Amino acid sequence: MTDSVIIRTDQLKKIYQMGEIEVPALNGVSITIQEGEFVAIMGPSGSGKSTLMNILGCLDSPTDGQYYLDDQDVSKLNRAQLAHIRNEKLGFIFQSYNLLPRMSALENVTLPMMYIKAAAGNQVEMTKKAEELLGIVGLGDRIHHQPKELSGGQQQRVAIARALINDPVLVLADEPTGNLDTKSANEIMEILHNLHQSGRTIVMVTHEPDIAEQTQRIIAVRDGLVELDHTNGRK
Amino acid sequence: MKIIDVIKVASKSLTSNKLRSMLTMLGIIIGVAAVIIMIAVSSGTETAIEDQINSLGANLVFVMSSFSQGGAGGGMGTSTGGLVYSDADAIAKSVPHVAGVAVEQTTTQTIKYGNIVLEDVSILGTTPDFTKVREIELAEGRFINDQELEHSTRTAILGATIAKELFGDTYPIGQKISVGTLKLTVVGVFEEKGLVSGVDYDARVYVPITLVFDKLMNSQFSRIAGDRVRIIYVTVDDKENIDDVILQINLLLSKLHDVPLESPDFQISTQQDIIQTQSATTESFRILLAWVAGVSLIVGGIGIMNIMLVSVTERTREIGIRQAVGATPQDIQSQFLTEALILSLVGGLIGIIFGISGSWVFSRFGDMPTVVNPFSIVLAFGSAAAVGILFGYLPANKAAKLDPIVALRHE
Ligand SMILES: Nc1ncnc2c1ncn2[C@@H]1O[C@H](COP(=O)(O)OP(=O)(O)OP(=O)(O)O)[C@@H](O)[C@H]1O
Ligand SMILES: [Mg+2]
Repeated sequence: MTDSVIIRTDQLKKIYQMGEIEVPALNGVSITIQEGEFVAIMGPSGSGKSTLMNILGCLDSPTDGQYYLDDQDVSKLNRAQLAHIRNEKLGFIFQSYNLLPRMSALENVTLPMMYIKAAAGNQVEMTKKAEELLGIVGLGDRIHHQPKELSGGQQQRVAIARALINDPVLVLADEPTGNLDTKSANEIMEILHNLHQSGRTIVMVTHEPDIAEQTQRIIAVRDGLVELDHTNGRK
Repeated sequence: MKIIDVIKVASKSLTSNKLRSMLTMLGIIIGVAAVIIMIAVSSGTETAIEDQINSLGANLVFVMSSFSQGGAGGGMGTSTGGLVYSDADAIAKSVPHVAGVAVEQTTTQTIKYGNIVLEDVSILGTTPDFTKVREIELAEGRFINDQELEHSTRTAILGATIAKELFGDTYPIGQKISVGTLKLTVVGVFEEKGLVSGVDYDARVYVPITLVFDKLMNSQFSRIAGDRVRIIYVTVDDKENIDDVILQINLLLSKLHDVPLESPDFQISTQQDIIQTQSATTESFRILLAWVAGVSLIVGGIGIMNIMLVSVTERTREIGIRQAVGATPQDIQSQFLTEALILSLVGGLIGIIFGISGSWVFSRFGDMPTVVNPFSIVLAFGSAAAVGILFGYLPANKAAKLDPIVALRHE
């Protein structure tokens, strides 16, 4: 089986302009991630993890450098094109879940399907797929609950289902367990492991070494640079 | 994003805050209702005036005396300076397409019946065609006939008010009343007609015009003036022929009066001319109303813009989430534009309902004639939509320009 590359970055730089002052957040990050990998990104606060994730997630563009996602150079795309990439190729899981408050779990999960560029599939199929995914994350009996009626862990599981609805080539998670207690965190990790087992490519930011230990590969970031990149050897 | 989804999303977020949506729509509702009611009132007023004037008789042409420069110095003595009774005959006999001719000469007299005395009553001398020309119906009896006209017979027909004041419950036909020094027999009573163009048709006594000429002229001067008439009414058989009849009367009378066509001693106008003069006065009133309504629509639009701007700020995070899962700037823009549009269109619809029922209330209880114009509904609804797009654009653009990361971080 030949490994195909999902992420390749070349000297990614991000400099934030704060009035007169330039704040460098990334100083030349070059990484390559293969299909099917489960990667943890670690590093101290302010080291540039979220900045890197946002660029990998096409929510932001680099100031300099190249980013190839699934063999496509996405570093120079405009906002609408990036939106389509996010919709079709990426699934994002946030620390703070980011569900729409007045919508049910089911509606939240189907949300990305609404923005599919090519004519969207039919309503019945969409709903069926969303129900299936909610079943996979263990919320089959709570599909009509609103976020405020769900626990943090349950909300994060809805967010995972939403990230998967459009069959992304890459799942990105920025501290997905950051707001959760150990038990819920373990449940989320369990789900991510299962996704990995079924062949998903996952990149996750975490502060907790024991969570990072559960992945295949850890990339340590410091001051906007890759400090360490080692394989866990864990399968 | 599919249009149906855009509409669903927009209406869902509007219904999730019903009170606010209602309040936002209020400006549009008032604006649209104002447009419809104002147009209904002004066109109602105009139609009422038109109806009144038309109720005087269809296809009516008025020939009135006017004193021309040329005629005054002529010294001919006979016919310069106005219409004479024989002109009416001439018109009736030689102008084609004339369906009826009536003349009028008025005078004022004191009238008496028993011990009831009415002073300064307007006496209208006229001809049998009067009822045909002015379309006024008799409640009792009959009108003057040709014989009475020829013989200056002492007969009178009473307006409704006069009849009531003189006779009360007594049956008036056959009774004798005093008009000035004469005793006249009442042969008819008119139905109520009301005030038309400032003339009270009910407060007059109608007699053969020959009687006015012979016996009722007040002053020495008017006796010398002889059979002068103030006005000749001509009804034309068909609307199409009005212009032709006017031309014929012009030719005929200038020849009879021996005055040049360019400066006649009479003046011809039609019902349409009179309606137009009346309309001109309501026109400026209407323009004022249109401005008021337009301004209230704009104020409504600004209200929408205001609330939409607040809403964009409040929902920054929602916008960020939508962008994160693939909404393009265009998608976000359409969502907010659609919300503004729904607000103004629904507001417009409610405004139309209020406008129509408001117009009805005005005519029912406000004693104001109103006509709801279909065009005004289209106009009001169209303006509401335009206002929605116009004032929704700025907030929608603001939402579309949000950076996804900044929006996601918004609390
Ligand atoms: N929008 C911004 N404007 C200016 N500076 C920014 C902006 N976003 C991030 N930064 C700066 O870039 C650097 C990296 O920030 P980033 O959020 O990527 O850190 P992080 O590694 O995710 O930290 P944490 O672990 O606390 O989440 C920080 O110094 C931060 O202050
Ligand atoms: Mg971070």
